[in-house]
Amino acid sequence: MTESLLSISDLSLEIGALPVLKGVSLSVAPGEIVAVTGESGSGKSMTALSVMGLLPERAVTRGAIRLGDRDLLALDEDAMCAIRGRDIGMVFQEPMTALNPVRTIADQVMETILIHRAMARDAARDRAREVLDRVGLPADRFPPSRYPHELSGGQRQRVVIAMAIALRPKLLIADEPTTALDVTTQAQILDLLKGLVADYGMGMLMITHDLAVVADMADRIVVMRRGQVVEAGSTRALLANMRHPYTRMLFEASVHAVDLPDPPPPAPLLQVKGVSRDYRLPRRRLFRDPGHFRAVRNVSFVLNRGERLGLVGESGCGKSTLTRAILGLEPVQEGEILLDGEPVWTGHRPNLAVRRKMQVVFQDPYGSFNPRHRVERLITEPFHLLDDPPKGAARRAAVAEALRAVGLSPEDAGKYIHEFSGGQRQRIAIARALIIRPELILFDEAVSALDVSVRAQILDLLADLCREYDLTYIFISHDLSVVRSVTDRVLVMKAGEIVEEGATEDVFSAPRHPYTRALIAAAPRLPDVGVGER
Amino acid sequence: MLRYSLKRLASLIVSLAVASLVIFSVVEVAPGDPARFMLGINAQPDTVAALRAELGLDVPKWQRYLDWVGGMATGDFGTSYTYRTPVAQMVADRLWVSLPLALYALMLSTLIAFPAGIFAAARRGRPADAAVMGVTQLGIAIPNFWFAMMLVLIFAIKLRLFGAGGFAGWDKGAWAAMKSLTLPAVALALPQAAILARVMRSALLDVLGEDYMRTARAKGLSRRQALWRHGVRNALIPVLTIIGLQFSFLLAGSIIIEQVFYLPGLGRLVFQAISSRDLIVVESVVMLLVFAVIVVNFLVDLAYAAVDPRLRSRT
Repeated sequence: MTESLLSISDLSLEIGALPVLKGVSLSVAPGEIVAVTGESGSGKSMTALSVMGLLPERAVTRGAIRLGDRDLLALDEDAMCAIRGRDIGMVFQEPMTALNPVRTIADQVMETILIHRAMARDAARDRAREVLDRVGLPADRFPPSRYPHELSGGQRQRVVIAMAIALRPKLLIADEPTTALDVTTQAQILDLLKGLVADYGMGMLMITHDLAVVADMADRIVVMRRGQVVEAGSTRALLANMRHPYTRMLFEASVHAVDLPDPPPPAPLLQVKGVSRDYRLPRRRLFRDPGHFRAVRNVSFVLNRGERLGLVGESGCGKSTLTRAILGLEPVQEGEILLDGEPVWTGHRPNLAVRRKMQVVFQDPYGSFNPRHRVERLITEPFHLLDDPPKGAARRAAVAEALRAVGLSPEDAGKYIHEFSGGQRQRIAIARALIIRPELILFDEAVSALDVSVRAQILDLLADLCREYDLTYIFISHDLSVVRSVTDRVLVMKAGEIVEEGATEDVFSAPRHPYTRALIAAAPRLPDVGVGER
Repeated sequence: MLRYSLKRLASLIVSLAVASLVIFSVVEVAPGDPARFMLGINAQPDTVAALRAELGLDVPKWQRYLDWVGGMATGDFGTSYTYRTPVAQMVADRLWVSLPLALYALMLSTLIAFPAGIFAAARRGRPADAAVMGVTQLGIAIPNFWFAMMLVLIFAIKLRLFGAGGFAGWDKGAWAAMKSLTLPAVALALPQAAILARVMRSALLDVLGEDYMRTARAKGLSRRQALWRHGVRNALIPVLTIIGLQFSFLLAGSIIIEQVFYLPGLGRLVFQAISSRDLIVVESVVMLLVFAVIVVNFLVDLAYAAVDPRLRSRT
């Protein structure tokens, strides 16, 4: 085994009185990609921040973090400043906010070089151009004078990577570098990172919750849980033989397939006929038509009662716009949307009689509840759609029934939302949707923010609810594997149009449209090894 | 940037036109006939009519509006009903006191607030931060006329460093004039500085929590370098907004301080004009102040765009 570049031994971390890391040990050799994985709260990001010396102020560390022959924990702040950016580069999760909005991209890349006084200004400018070119932002197409807001998320992440590698650090830390990106962009960024590691001989410590990415990228895997390393080993060996039950649980949950009941015989519930949705562009000239952007183009489909429909596509493809149109939140410019034969939008206002037959569950389990209301009030919100909402005992019974259906207890009705975890909140969101027994539920990225084990439980819950309530739903997601497991039929959207439609298994196993093929090819897949062998 | 500036300029012109109409109508509906007021209760009707004609009060309203606006545009503000002197001259004299005073106070307030706000934000939660917050709380709470009187007591009466009041006049030299404006400027500046320092601090604290500050630290910038290079400029937008509001206030709202220091400023002129129904003076001064506020807003808009490239590209 080669001399290790980074070696963390017996690292413990406490923030306040709260133990965050307990005896973590791992190492990264030059040219090696080590992935640290685990669910939220496992301490994987804190491990990365410990290496950078960017922990919160009250953090107390013990143990050793050696980079080459220096112990980073023993260095003072000035010495760490000299190491950050020069010997260790770091790439973050959220490219949309990781760049300073008021400075040009070249300026920000140059800063890494200049702050370490590594080169004269002219040489630094040339180096900045060179690395921007290397990360796929050539100066002729992406002038260095661009500002971050003029770039897409993937392009911004390339700038962040350029900043991190400008001084050719020995170690690159990437904390969920592709979690916020679309699958095709994710594949490109992962390729770029792999290429950089190979070219520069850097070691890379990659933090990610996505096991498919881990399996695809890493030479070695470190699995963490509650601040401890539960299992570590070379990727191939670990995938072939998982020893720790938690590791097995993680992998099983990531490929979790739910058992959907068969849909009832087809009878149309929702009809979307030739729908187009335009947005006005900002007016450029005073007396000229400002023009429109067509976010949804001539979309038609029929959703049968009891059917589970998937809607997939990358950000900006129009799936959220289509969702809003179906919910009757916005008028459409062409075509019509009928639920049970009734239009969702009549004249200039949404049709309330139809509106009450639909509910929606959103992505963010933290932002979609009013923190000052009790659960009972939160989940009975849809009652305002009814002409004669249940009162008194009937109301309490409805609340208890909805909570029971999503696996919570009726006593939870009196609690506030902050008392619940992310997965429980998503259950409450589903209870809120279920309480008026809607004909149709829209799940808008409803499991995307959840850990894999929680996600698996929520997906199982969906299947149970399908059996119990004959749910009809549209499941909107960018995550192909999830859509594959919980839908009967799938629509693939690109640039406002539906490019492919068909039974889910057929579309995934034999995609016809090139875009569908590209999407499926770009999505990282877990190899079938290991899971199930005990 | 050019297109953005032109758009802001167009909006400035429209605002001015609307403001002039509003001011003219409001003053017109105010009760009290200036001619009758000037001549006293016992005046003969034909004398009043003659004076009305002389003052130009007998022509149709729309024509008076056009005359007024046209006059303002060419520097002719009309003649004061009570003093019988050109309004332009009166206003100009007062403006030479109020404008330097406002700029002086604004400069002092900015010079105090920026370092104080940045200092406090950089030491969030520590004793230094608490001290700055305490002092600014006091600065907001103390009434500025009381503070002004304390300044007079200490610096003028005890130490005899400054005059107790009055304005030396610019013909005595810039130094003497500035000296007589110093105590009033300090009295005006401190409460404003206290507010501005708090705004600066909280804007900066917001920015310090942004992802790009962490990115900057990951590049090897020290806490202080990250604060100065990436923090301050991003925190400027709310601070600029407040500075714009404060300047408008300082220009017209300093009447109490003018009274305490016996300064012949715009605030006192408006006060006197209102009490004597000198509508033409009121109109002119109010229009001038509105003009100043709108121009300051225009400048603040340009400053936003200079600070934030996202505003430049949004046409």
